Amino acid sequence: MITATNVTKKFGPVTAVSDVSFDLADGASLALWGSNGAGKTTLIRCLLGVCRFKGRASIGGVDVRRRGRHARALVGYVPQELAFHDDVRLASAMNFFAGLRRAAPARAAQSLAAVGLTGHERKRVRDLSGGMKQRLALAIALLSDPPLIVLDEPTSNLDAAGRGEVVHTLRALKQAGKTLIFASHRPDEVIALADRVIVLERGRVERDTTPAELWPTEKPVQVVRLHLAMAREEDAAEALRQAGHAVHLNGEGLCVAVARDRKAEPISTHARHHNEVRDNEMLDDVQVPEVTP
Amino acid sequence: MTALASSAITASDRPLGSAATPARSFVGGIAAFARREFRDAIASRWFLLYTVAFTVLAVGVSFLSLSGVGSHGFAGFGRTAAGLLNLVMLVVPLMALTAGAGAIAGERERGTLIYLLAQPVSRTQLILGKYVGLATALVCSLCIGFGVSAAVLAWRAGGVGITAYAMLVAFTALLALAMLSVGVLISVVSRRSAVATGIALFVWLTLVFVSDLGLMASSILFRLRVQEIFSLAIVNPMQSFKMAVIVNMNASLDVLGPVGAYASFTLGRALPWVLAATIAAWAAVPLVLATILFARRNSP
Repeated sequence: MITATNVTKKFGPVTAVSDVSFDLADGASLALWGSNGAGKTTLIRCLLGVCRFKGRASIGGVDVRRRGRHARALVGYVPQELAFHDDVRLASAMNFFAGLRRAAPARAAQSLAAVGLTGHERKRVRDLSGGMKQRLALAIALLSDPPLIVLDEPTSNLDAAGRGEVVHTLRALKQAGKTLIFASHRPDEVIALADRVIVLERGRVERDTTPAELWPTEKPVQVVRLHLAMAREEDAAEALRQAGHAVHLNGEGLCVAVARDRKAEPISTHARHHNEVRDNEMLDDVQVPEVTP
Repeated sequence: MTALASSAITASDRPLGSAATPARSFVGGIAAFARREFRDAIASRWFLLYTVAFTVLAVGVSFLSLSGVGSHGFAGFGRTAAGLLNLVMLVVPLMALTAGAGAIAGERERGTLIYLLAQPVSRTQLILGKYVGLATALVCSLCIGFGVSAAVLAWRAGGVGITAYAMLVAFTALLALAMLSVGVLISVVSRRSAVATGIALFVWLTLVFVSDLGLMASSILFRLRVQEIFSLAIVNPMQSFKMAVIVNMNASLDVLGPVGAYASFTLGRALPWVLAATIAAWAAVPLVLATILFARRNSP
C-alpha cells in the first residue's frame, strides 16, 4: 500500500527525517513512535507529499512527489487537531471537502453518520468539542472511502472518553481492512491498533518492531510521567531506555510506559542512576472497548 | 460513538492504486476552492466594511464633487467618473492588497494550510482557486458600490456620459485584479498574516504616494526626458489606471502636461490598450510568480 525509500527531509542545517525506509502491506497498521521532535509529523507530511523531501515514497504505486494529488486521493488524513475555519457549519465543511475529494453529496451524510455526528450538521466547527472535531476530521478522511488512513497523534488533545471513541473507530476501520499509519505517544493506543511499530529518534529509524516486542507484557500498560531537573532529562531518558522502558520526552517531563503492576520501576531506575525524581503522576488510563466484528 | 456504518469503510476490496474517487480535474479543484473563498469573503466583515464604505464614498463623491455644476445638481456620469477617479485610486488598491495579503498567510497562521494541502489537490489549484474566489468577491463589492452610485446618477441626471463611467468600472476591476495579485504574492512570501498586511500597506503607500514624489524628484534630479518619464510613470499601475480613465473620458492627456501630450501624440489610439496591457501585466506577473514560489516552497 505504501512504500518509503530513503525519505530524508532537512530544514536548513537540521535533519528532521533521515533515510527512513519501510513498506506497509495493504490492510496493515503501522504506528510511528518517538519523542517530540523525533520526526513523526515531518515523516507523515513527506508521505502525504505536502512538503519537499529527498528519497521516494509511493502510495498504491502512485509516486507521491510526481503525482501528489493523485496519491493523496488514496489517503484520508486526520491531523492532531482539526484546523478548519471555525465559523463554518459542519454540513458546509463536509460539502466543501466532498467537492475536493470528488465524493457524492450523499457520501457526506454517510460519513457523518459513520462517526456518530448525524444531527450536528447545523453546528459550527467552533462549537464542537475536541472529540467531536476529531470525529469530524475522521468523517472528512472517510469521504472518498480511501484505502489508507494517516493520522498524526489523533488523540493527543482529547480526554479519556474522547480518546476511547477515536480508538474504537480506528479499530473498526482496521477490522474493515483499511491500512492505517498513525503517530502516537500512547502505548495503549499502539497496542490496541498497530501490527507494527517504527521507533523514530532524531529523525532516524531506531527500531522496526511490533508492539509485543516493544512492551513484552500481557498486563495492561499505563503511562507514568516523571518530573526531573530539566538538565538531567536526556540522561535520565537514556537510562530508562537501557533498562528496557519505552520513554518519550514531551516538554513536560518523561513519559514512561510501564505495566500497571510495575509503576515504581522507573523511579527505582532513576535512584540507581542518582537522578532525583521531583514528582510523578499517572496519566489517564484509556479503556479500549472491544469491537464487535 | 456507534459502530461505523459499513458503507463508510469498504475500501479494502478495491484494487490498489485506484481510489473510488480519483483526484479532481485541475479546473474542478480550482472551482472548489474559488467557491469556498467567495462564500467566506462575502460572509466576512472586511467585505461588508469595504463594500459599505466604498458605496457610501462613491455616492458621497457623486453628490459633493458635482453638486451645483449641472442644472439638476449633477453633471452626469462623465464628471462623476472624474470625481470618483481619486477615490478609486485610494480605496480599491487598499481593498485588494489587504484581501490578497491574507489569502495564504492567514491559512498558514491558522494551521489550515497543511490540512488543505493534505487533500487531493495541488498547490497551484489552491492558490489559483483562492485568487479567483477573492477576485470575484472584490469585483462584486465594486459593482455594488458603482451600481448604487450609478442608480442615483441615472435617477438625477439621466444617462449622459455613461460610457466613461462603464470604462471606469472596467478599469477599476482590472486595477483590483492587479493589486490582488500583488497581495497574493506578498501572502506567499510572508509567514504571518500581520506581516503580510504590513507589507501590503507599505506597498499601497509606495504606489499611491511615494512613487509619484519619487518620479517628480527623479525627473528634476536626473533631467529625465519626457519619454523616460512616461515609461517610468506607466510602470506604476495607478498611473496607468489614471491615464486610461482620463483617455476614456474622451479627455485630452494634455491635462497631465508634456508627458500626457507626448503619450497622446506617439501612441494615439493605441494608448488605452497600452495602458490596459500594463495593468493586465500587473495582474498576471505577480500571480504567476506567486504560483511558482508557492509550488516550490520547501514546506507548507
